Amino acid sequence: MNAARARLVALKTGVWLACLVPLGWSIWRFARGEASVDPVEEWLHRSGKTAVIILVISLAVTPVRRLTGWNGAQKFRRLLGLFAFFYAVLHVAVYLYFEQGLAWSFILEDVTERPFIVSGTVAFLLLVPLALSSTRGSIRRLGRSWARLHKLVYLAMAAVLLHYVWGQKADIRDPLIVAGIVVLLLGVRLYYWGRKRAARAAAAEG
Amino acid sequence: MHFHKKKPWDFIRSSEITSETHYLNRREFMGASMAFAAGAVMRPDSAAGASLRPGVQDPEVGAVTYGESLRGDMNSYEQVTTYNNFYEFGTRKEDPAAFSGDFQPEPWTVEVTGEVHKPGTYSVEDLAPPAEVEDRIYRLRCVEAWSMVIPWRGIGLREIISKVEPTANAKYVAFETAVRPDEMPGVSRPVLDWPYREGLRIDEAANELTFMATGLYGRDHLPNQNGAPLRLIVPWKYGFKSIKSIVRISFVEEQPYTTWKASAPNEYGFFANVNPNVDHPRWSQARERLFPFGRRDTDMFNGYTEMVAHMYRGMDLSRWY
Repeated sequence: MNAARARLVALKTGVWLACLVPLGWSIWRFARGEASVDPVEEWLHRSGKTAVIILVISLAVTPVRRLTGWNGAQKFRRLLGLFAFFYAVLHVAVYLYFEQGLAWSFILEDVTERPFIVSGTVAFLLLVPLALSSTRGSIRRLGRSWARLHKLVYLAMAAVLLHYVWGQKADIRDPLIVAGIVVLLLGVRLYYWGRKRAARAAAAEG
Repeated sequence: MHFHKKKPWDFIRSSEITSETHYLNRREFMGASMAFAAGAVMRPDSAAGASLRPGVQDPEVGAVTYGESLRGDMNSYEQVTTYNNFYEFGTRKEDPAAFSGDFQPEPWTVEVTGEVHKPGTYSVEDLAPPAEVEDRIYRLRCVEAWSMVIPWRGIGLREIISKVEPTANAKYVAFETAVRPDEMPGVSRPVLDWPYREGLRIDEAANELTFMATGLYGRDHLPNQNGAPLRLIVPWKYGFKSIKSIVRISFVEEQPYTTWKASAPNEYGFFANVNPNVDHPRWSQARERLFPFGRRDTDMFNGYTEMVAHMYRGMDLSRWY
């Protein structure tokens, strides 16, 4: 194994472990009896916030690559995206099992009637095809449409932000910070997209 | 001699937390102890001592304990004091316990103003003389759909009302929380329109259940995070009506400004009666969560229907939520 490959493996292992910290922290706190008086709320919030943070980091990969020219970042995007989905699954599972006790009539009422839950459900459902199509085989099979399909992540992100804002009682600082970062990341992408278009137009004229 | 008269709030029973055997044993035990010590003062440390939880101290004052039937379902002192909403100290549930250490609840005065014959500045002891305080176990139902059973110490608000003698013009009672930026780190942010304000219709305020707490869990003082030194308890309404650290009580003619209603009128009404049939826009109110795990069906008026329903006769409670 050459040095570059060894470094990549080490970095990936590091990202893996970092992504598992929030889950490990929850388990550790609960096992030691240190979890909040309301462990269900603690788990819901931690899994939800972790999913959002990792999703935003995965969205930052391309802008970071553009700005720094470091192509290595690209190698972590799938890993991050799948971990974001993993925490989203935990979030949904905690909601279904602990918050609602698998009472499907209440769950159905929530996911159809309450904008706060509807937006969360939409966000989750949009992430499902992205996670399922992240295997090497899917990427190869889907070809160009893979990239188009994965643009759904922006729609998912918008739904996540709505869910995040609507979930707050009065203090919406956290979701606003996240929204600000997402807008910034989108801005970087739009800037490079605009430049590319201009360059293409110039080339066509020339 | 004090008789343990069966008080109207005694009827609530929730054997769902306590195991049924334990529950039946307790009833048997209580029956036996009642027969044996008929008329004895029910103190947290005496007759029902078998179900005492850690953290209960022998009260200095000989207070009468009501709400025996909820005793076995009490949440722990730790739960009651480390998980609550008190945005003046921060918006997370852990914040009040963590950031209320600098708060000075003594000395304290409450300004009584408006339509009263005896307005003025009262001390906590004036309003709730230590010799007159009693213990009551109530279920507290938060609008966020969780609930706890909490043993409060304090005095009926009606006692305070009769002390200050409202005029015939007093239709509502308005309350205000302290705002002390140096002692309350949360008020430096405009999360809510400080000071926190709440209010009741005068008949609600004078209801036998409405309580002014000065302590909890057999202790004479409220922890800062729970609203020291004086807070309201309105057990058939959602928790946000139970305003904490009160500095002003005004008797007024018009329905007063209330903070949460002003912040989100579609979510938090003036009455805020616990009602399983009227949902919050973000969640159902039909059930509530218990800590650390578990659920129960929410009772109309939080289980206090017999004592409060008459005040809302003829009102459409889905409109006046």
